[in-house]
Amino acid sequence: MKILVAVKRVIDYNVQIRVKEDGSGVHTENVKMSTNPPDDNAVEESVKLKEAGKVKEVVAISIGEDKVQETIRKALAIGADKGIHVKADSYIEPLGIAKILKKIVEKEKPDMVFLGKQAIDDDCNQTGQMLAAMLNWPQATFTSKVNLKDKSVEIVREIDEGLETIEVNLPAVVSCDLRLNEPRFASLPNIMKAKKKPMEQLDSKNLGLDLTNRIQQIKVEEPPKRKAGIKVANVAELVSKLKNEAKVL
Amino acid sequence: MSVLLVAEHDNTKLKPFTFNAIAAASKIDNDVHVLIAGANCENVTKEVASIPLVKKVLWCDSLNYQNYLPENLAPLVTKVAEKYNHIVASANTFGKNFMPRVAAALDVSQVSDIIKVSSPDTFVRPIYAGNAFATVKSSDKKKCVTIRPTSFEPAEKTGGSAQVEKIEATDIPNISKFIKREETKSERPELGTARVVVSGGRGLESGENFKLITDIADKLNAAVGASRAAVDAGYISNDHQVGQTGKVVVPDLYIAVGISGAIQHLAGMKESKIIVAINKDGEAPIFSVADYGLEADLFKALPEFLAELNKLNTIQK
Repeated sequence: MKILVAVKRVIDYNVQIRVKEDGSGVHTENVKMSTNPPDDNAVEESVKLKEAGKVKEVVAISIGEDKVQETIRKALAIGADKGIHVKADSYIEPLGIAKILKKIVEKEKPDMVFLGKQAIDDDCNQTGQMLAAMLNWPQATFTSKVNLKDKSVEIVREIDEGLETIEVNLPAVVSCDLRLNEPRFASLPNIMKAKKKPMEQLDSKNLGLDLTNRIQQIKVEEPPKRKAGIKVANVAELVSKLKNEAKVL
Repeated sequence: MSVLLVAEHDNTKLKPFTFNAIAAASKIDNDVHVLIAGANCENVTKEVASIPLVKKVLWCDSLNYQNYLPENLAPLVTKVAEKYNHIVASANTFGKNFMPRVAAALDVSQVSDIIKVSSPDTFVRPIYAGNAFATVKSSDKKKCVTIRPTSFEPAEKTGGSAQVEKIEATDIPNISKFIKREETKSERPELGTARVVVSGGRGLESGENFKLITDIADKLNAAVGASRAAVDAGYISNDHQVGQTGKVVVPDLYIAVGISGAIQHLAGMKESKIIVAINKDGEAPIFSVADYGLEADLFKALPEFLAELNKLNTIQK
């Protein structure tokens, strides 16, 4: 069995982002970047399945500028066997990303595609589902538990009402939630070893796909700021403020 | 051309956020048609038909749609979408699951999680956990849009009498199977729509200590929320999580207890009307969004808070 795991390089989740004054986007220069957090869970789960002997090969893919190779190397250091970097110099919408992934799936023929449920930059939550639809594959979104069988995978998903269990036939797309597992840190020897693992390079322009973005970003602005509140001295003052000032009790 | 809204329901009743989604859809185009796909869900069609903003109800009744498996639902929505310019659903785990499949089938770039309709092709949506708002314009002929329910007031429930049209089910691929759903049953209001939310974080230190939170919630007729840290630690189940990838809540009163206020948590609650933070760390980021901050040990403050609330006799139900 083979897994393709897709990872995205995003602004680190701890960084307080700054909106550009001209409204064209957010500052990304000299900002710490890292793997999109649920993508780390996707890599971890793929590698765990490999370590358990259920999966033979894990291929990590990322799409973007040359720096995304760092993100792929990190997946290789965790335990992926091979990397694929699809070069793209500018932002591609989830629809385009799904089209690229479909091309790679047709070439690599994995049994499952793992990826994070959502990227924490554009917050779209689309790519996995779109890829599954394009391939006519089933999907498992918001996955918090994976039970791999011979021809199917049983999944526990986190939904608004609680938990849902489904079983989908293979091949399938699995989008991972943050509670699926605890992503490990790569050890130094493994980071060194990862440098020697193969990394295939492709250019998104040469895939024969129409990747034109359909959504124009007109402006990006800061959300309205909350005005600073006050500190109260004790519980009695808090209750009195809530009752008499805020009038919410 | 009209807008197609895909209703979320449990085959018996409409889910509350569908009212918000219908209101949002009506801001795109006032000819709102609602698709109800489910099994033995006639009651839902009656409920939707009586919403004044709804002009037409499309009803597809089949066991194939009983559990909203996206592999089954998306082909139906895609087919019905032929006659519509906009296909809309709530941006919750229901809409997020099937809508991108519809968008991909239609070769459309989906606009996710909008908080404002500027025009039929231009929308505002939060990015970076709500730390920036992007105004985006879609050039696709058909538009697939998911809406953030809490950013729109719910539609009126009664007074309408829309026509109900039965439609045929589409073929299903038979590649996925529903096994079970474990819903957290609670007498308390739903987190997404509650007027008051009391949330606990890692500061609670254990699941047992969440009783301090639920006691206050019961007194205030509030829903119970949690930070991701508290859910990860196993103090409370995942359906309580408030934040970037959990639920977004906009109550009149949000009380954050023992929650430090990571960016990801703030993303889910900072639009609340009044925010109260109780935390022993005076430097915690949660205080930067709180209208009223109390720097205190929660294990001392919460019992006192409950005692003070018990003295009041004006708690709204």
